[in-house]
Amino acid sequence: MAPISPVAPIAEQGQAVDIRVAGVTKAFAGSAALHDIDLTVRPGELLALLGPSGSGKTTLLRIIAGLAQADRGQVFFGGLDATTFPVQKRQVGFVFQHYALFKHMSVADNIGYGLRVRERTNRPSKTEIRRRISELLDLVQLSGYENRFPAQLSGGQRQRVALARALAVEPRVLLLDEPFGALDAKVRKDLRAWLRDIHERTGKTTVFVTHDQDEALELADRVAVLNQGRLEQVGSPDEVQDHPATPFVMTFLGQAVRFSADIRDGRVLVNGKLVSVAAPRSTIGLASLYCRPWHLKPVQAGHGHHQGLITGVRRLGSMRRIEVTQADGTRLEIEAPLATNLRVGEEIGLDIQDGVIFREG
Amino acid sequence: MSDLSAALVLTDSPQQSVVTESKLIRRLAISIALVFLLLFLVLPLVVVFVEAFRRGLAGFLAAFQEADALAAIQLTLTVAAIAVPANLVFGLAASWAIAKFEFKGKSLLITLIDLPFSVSPVVSGLIYLLLFGAQGLFGPWLMAHGIKIAFALPGIVLATIFVTFPFVARQLIPLMQEQGTAEEEAALTLGASGWRTFLTVTLPNIKWGLLYGVLLCNARAMGEFGAVSVVSGHIRGLTNTIPLHVEILYNEYNFVAAFAVASLLASLALVTLALKSFLEWRHGADLAGGTHR
Amino acid sequence: MRPALSLRLKQSSVLPGFGVTLGYTLLYLGLLVLLPLGALVVKASGIGIAGIAATATEPRVAAALKTSFGISLLAAGVASLFGLLTAWVLSRYDFPGRKLIDAIVDLPFALPTAVAGIALAALYAPNGWVGSLLEPLGLKVAYTPLGIFIALVFIGLPFAVRTVQPLIAEIEGELEEASATLGASRWRTLWSILLPPLLPGVLTGFALAFARAVGEYGSVIFIAGNLPYVSEIAPLLIVIKLSEYDYTGATVIATIMLAISFSVLLLINLLQAWSRRRFGHV
Repeated sequence: MAPISPVAPIAEQGQAVDIRVAGVTKAFAGSAALHDIDLTVRPGELLALLGPSGSGKTTLLRIIAGLAQADRGQVFFGGLDATTFPVQKRQVGFVFQHYALFKHMSVADNIGYGLRVRERTNRPSKTEIRRRISELLDLVQLSGYENRFPAQLSGGQRQRVALARALAVEPRVLLLDEPFGALDAKVRKDLRAWLRDIHERTGKTTVFVTHDQDEALELADRVAVLNQGRLEQVGSPDEVQDHPATPFVMTFLGQAVRFSADIRDGRVLVNGKLVSVAAPRSTIGLASLYCRPWHLKPVQAGHGHHQGLITGVRRLGSMRRIEVTQADGTRLEIEAPLATNLRVGEEIGLDIQDGVIFREG
Repeated sequence: MSDLSAALVLTDSPQQSVVTESKLIRRLAISIALVFLLLFLVLPLVVVFVEAFRRGLAGFLAAFQEADALAAIQLTLTVAAIAVPANLVFGLAASWAIAKFEFKGKSLLITLIDLPFSVSPVVSGLIYLLLFGAQGLFGPWLMAHGIKIAFALPGIVLATIFVTFPFVARQLIPLMQEQGTAEEEAALTLGASGWRTFLTVTLPNIKWGLLYGVLLCNARAMGEFGAVSVVSGHIRGLTNTIPLHVEILYNEYNFVAAFAVASLLASLALVTLALKSFLEWRHGADLAGGTHR
Repeated sequence: MRPALSLRLKQSSVLPGFGVTLGYTLLYLGLLVLLPLGALVVKASGIGIAGIAATATEPRVAAALKTSFGISLLAAGVASLFGLLTAWVLSRYDFPGRKLIDAIVDLPFALPTAVAGIALAALYAPNGWVGSLLEPLGLKVAYTPLGIFIALVFIGLPFAVRTVQPLIAEIEGELEEASATLGASRWRTLWSILLPPLLPGVLTGFALAFARAVGEYGSVIFIAGNLPYVSEIAPLLIVIKLSEYDYTGATVIATIMLAISFSVLLLINLLQAWSRRRFGHV
């Protein structure tokens, strides 16, 4: 791709570019620091930056947008080093967590703002701007709302106006900060499907920040998991769920129980009993075995790898969740079919059927 | 029997709410407050206008046909026309720096901006005399170069700027802090320049608070007495502002003229209060964060 | 490349104009506020502690300071008391003209002090509307310390009302209902539930009214009579010293007043910090 000068107008319409973050480091006074982040977002991809609060995910997004500056490292758009570009020249579409709609402007004026503030030489004509606004209102299904003010819209509608406003400038990439964070559960669900749809239609390279693993796994092509300013893993939803790279990813993406395991000759032992889990050849000695609730099968007391007392039976959708308290007082949960005959107060054994091995430490 | 006594207690005060006082107490409290306010606030205001028109409309108008009165009005307008915009620009700059950025010593800066409010008006005048008066720090140098600050327009303007210094800034700082930076950031990502962002995004959001601050600043600038009295030198027709002119008329026992000219300032105060109340009523939410005072 | 400090400052925001606006703010503040106040400090330190003490203990100066501080304390106290009542009445009760009264509370802020001064003098003079009513009772207001008191209550009232009013508005109705359900009488609820959270506001209002009253000039001098040793206030004495070209005397009185008002300012800040910690609001 040809280099774009900082003042160049919108380049290569419609062609998605990749985003490359190289060695980005930011030491903050408080939390949300970043340590040497390398990340590539593929052209046209929908990538989720997933992590708990304070993990640095929003900081990374703001550095990509040019809203914050890294202490070290670079940001590339389609091979072009944008690190020194001021935010105005980065041509990013940024959707803020609380939308940041201009309260004193109508919906149409909000959407058209980015076009109106362009220098005269590449500012579209008034009729062109109007055409573009109505096109975008169509896209976000808000036709007829152009004269409303932000205060007269629901949360979901504001979110859509914010997205239309970001898309109006035909950005190189689309960046969304907790796009559904401020919405209630029902609206979130609807907007997820809708965002996926918009992404497919515009084909923009899109990064969104979220702390909700369901949202990330359901929506994104790939998920980048951040923890304490470090990138733990980047991969497809299947990869991060089935092959978590670190214990953090394992526990953050769902319920998990940790067991101490002993590894000898590629065989995994828990409490001296063999577990049928593949262990890396190189791992020897003490290790951690992390299991999901469905990796543990209830068996007769005295059998299995672990023993415990049933202290709770709850229904969860089409399954039962069984709460088991171990001898040392720690609790864990396993799954059982609805028609299970397990009852509170029973002693049971637990058979480990699957899990993920991590080296100790 | 016990049922009956319970019923009696209930009927004793059937509509007594638990969250307010009895009717009698309420009426008493309202009456005391009203009499107090009447005595202390309403009567002084009324007396100004009554005294101003004691000799009818002709007597009232005569006060404004004097050359000294006109000169005083002109001087006051001139002073306000310099001092208010100066503090307006300062208020915008200070609130932008303080509200939109993080830096060390911010709360100290805010305290320093508030400082002139806790300085006596007379002292506010005095400190400029200590700088620019004949015995002041820069006095001899100024005299040698033929520059007059004390007992002249520049001194009056400086003293007025000092006493009205915090008005705009203290109105805008909390307002802009509350609004945060997200809208400005959004404008920047959409390609707007910094100046454009300020004009099209920040300014519309603070315009009512700004107007409010300017109103209060202006009322004080036009009405300032103590500070201006010290630096003006009371030169009739030259360095007398409206309040100083009122003082002179009053001390000469020219009461009708004194109150006539004073009624001009009282009217300004009333208009200010009315606009202020209107702004609070109409745009209360956009003034939020601002405090009274 | 760039110095570390500017880098740190720059990082906190991408918004432009920080350097320019902060620079201008500091310059403007420095030239117009700090430099002149510095001139006072320079002058005062030239006089020295002994010199300040000598002037401050001159009978006329001491009397003026005593008059100013004494009557200011009293006036601020009365203004706080009536301010609390007024704020309560304006916030809690509905009566015709409430909005108008609420607006007029700010009058002492907006009305030029000289105008207030001549109006109060005219009202409370022996032949004035109020003065003529009090005269037969043997009560002389104008041209006595009582006149100073009246003017200072006038000046302090809005501070007292406006610092308490928002706190009254913040009281949750549930508190009172809770108190009532627990069996407390209305007076008991007022005294032990509603009043304590208002206290920081009342104290702040008192301090503000006091600070303002000590420095007040315009509204006082017309009604005070300005008799040395009796009804002469400290700010007036500064003006008199200046007219006698006694800059030293004026500076000493000003320094003492400034020291007091800054102490009060500090007190207010501490009070509000305490209130924030204790009650979660200012």
